[in-house]
Amino acid sequence: MNKTVNQKAWFFVLPVLVLVAFNAIVPLMTVVNYSVQETFGDNIFFWAGIAWFEEVLTSSRFHASLGRQLTFTFTILAIEVPLGVIIALAMPRKGPWVSVCLVLMAMPLLIPWNVVGAMWNIFGLPEIGLLGKTLNVMGFDYNYTRQPGDAWFTLILMDVWHWTSLVVLLAYAGLVSIPDAYYQAAKIDGASSWSIFRYIQLPKMKRVLTIAILLRFMDSFNIYTEPSVLTGGGPGNSTTLLSIDLVKIALGQFDLGPAAAMSLVYFLVILLMSWIFYTVMTRNEDQ
Amino acid sequence: MKRFSWVIPTIYIIFLMLPIYWLVSMSFKTTNEILGSFTLWPQSVTLDNYRTIFTDPTWYMGYVNSIIYVTINTVLSVAVALPAAYAFSRYRFLGDKHLFFWLLTNRMAPAAVFALPFFQLYSAIGIFDTHLAVALAHTLFNIPLAVWILEGFMSGVPKQLDETAYVDGYSFPAFFVKIFIPTIAAGIGVAAFFCFMFSWVELLLAKTLTAVAAKPIAATMTKTASSSGYELGLLAAAGTLTIIPGAIVIYFVRNYIAKGFALGRV
Repeated sequence: MNKTVNQKAWFFVLPVLVLVAFNAIVPLMTVVNYSVQETFGDNIFFWAGIAWFEEVLTSSRFHASLGRQLTFTFTILAIEVPLGVIIALAMPRKGPWVSVCLVLMAMPLLIPWNVVGAMWNIFGLPEIGLLGKTLNVMGFDYNYTRQPGDAWFTLILMDVWHWTSLVVLLAYAGLVSIPDAYYQAAKIDGASSWSIFRYIQLPKMKRVLTIAILLRFMDSFNIYTEPSVLTGGGPGNSTTLLSIDLVKIALGQFDLGPAAAMSLVYFLVILLMSWIFYTVMTRNEDQ
Repeated sequence: MKRFSWVIPTIYIIFLMLPIYWLVSMSFKTTNEILGSFTLWPQSVTLDNYRTIFTDPTWYMGYVNSIIYVTINTVLSVAVALPAAYAFSRYRFLGDKHLFFWLLTNRMAPAAVFALPFFQLYSAIGIFDTHLAVALAHTLFNIPLAVWILEGFMSGVPKQLDETAYVDGYSFPAFFVKIFIPTIAAGIGVAAFFCFMFSWVELLLAKTLTAVAAKPIAATMTKTASSSGYELGLLAAAGTLTIIPGAIVIYFVRNYIAKGFALGRV
């Protein structure tokens, strides 16, 4: 659409700008302020320069949390995106079952995050949870509160349960927007179902999948409530993701300086990686 | 191959329903049954857990509080996002692209980073522990989302609609309220749905910004979990009740949820 140049449009944007700026800039500046100061309590602060940033960037604790965070994010992306596409492809395109599928699949998205955590916490308990009991009866020695491997398995399974539906909904929206004529043409040409997927469905889903991957990336990097209710970062530190570690430092130990420096590094990592994702995935669109 | 394609969604839905079933079934069990034996369905159905929630104000007020701030947030986010989305979809102005991207970056801000500064900011201006505080805090990630979704819907409306209305003698406010808003009603529904959803499910900020008067249901639950020796049945009942508002909302917008993001631009 050709847009007209109109500087008065700023007035339309003003309310959004004021509200978001109030919420984003003041807290961000507070964080920046803490990140360059040292305090011993009683609201007395000293200039600390970039000491906290050096500490964060060289601390093995931060590296370990970041490593766990990256492992988590890329594992769930690698599972949820292909799985979501497969389910969307298998869903009916019309008829009464469409609504049933959509409503049931969207359910996990609307459950408060702490309830999701609590639900899986109970579901996985080896003595009284359906999942835990079943696995133990089948002969697996499963106990997510004791064994790091099991904790990771439960955490990943929970996130797949919670968010795959978002990918399904988006991929499905992309699929239903393909006109029937495309399929008819493919049929006349005798195209295999793989080439229909590769040359018709996948390109049409590219835009919605970009949104899905970006949203899942951002949200999984910010994930806090579900793992903190499910495992609390344990056993030991094995499932302590970035935000859990951050809250431990900021609210648990009240080390405001290091926590603030870590917050900023954390935010920059998300911004940078989102920007890379975005650029790579939309690179071919302008041509 | 096509004939058996229903198997995949069916298995997936069963997988989705199992933990929910376990939660619901546990909410009808007595504490003795939950801890004492492993039963696939409640042997002696009890409604005590639900009775506690509906008679104890600390419990049911949690739901009321959550619904109040979610409603304020949804109305506020959509109301300010409407004119902004219109500006982004119709006009070119100085810094429009940068502004749009900056708005989206707020969607990436981790709540854990902002929890403490938010607490200090809202205490300083004296709205700590009010519904407004939580509603305002949630606009940080809901306004960008609402602008993004609405902009997508509005770009789908041809510009001739605006021009015809002006020719017919409508003033801008009259056109916007009487013609434009009804045209993009579906988009407003979708945007409101996503605002509702993300405000309803968020806990960290909601918990940090409230103490007593506006405490959300989710915070009441976490407190119960830690203080009263794990009353699993009660917790399961409270959890079950948090699913219901979401389920109702989904039912109403089921035909639009998928479209909402698909039409938004990236």
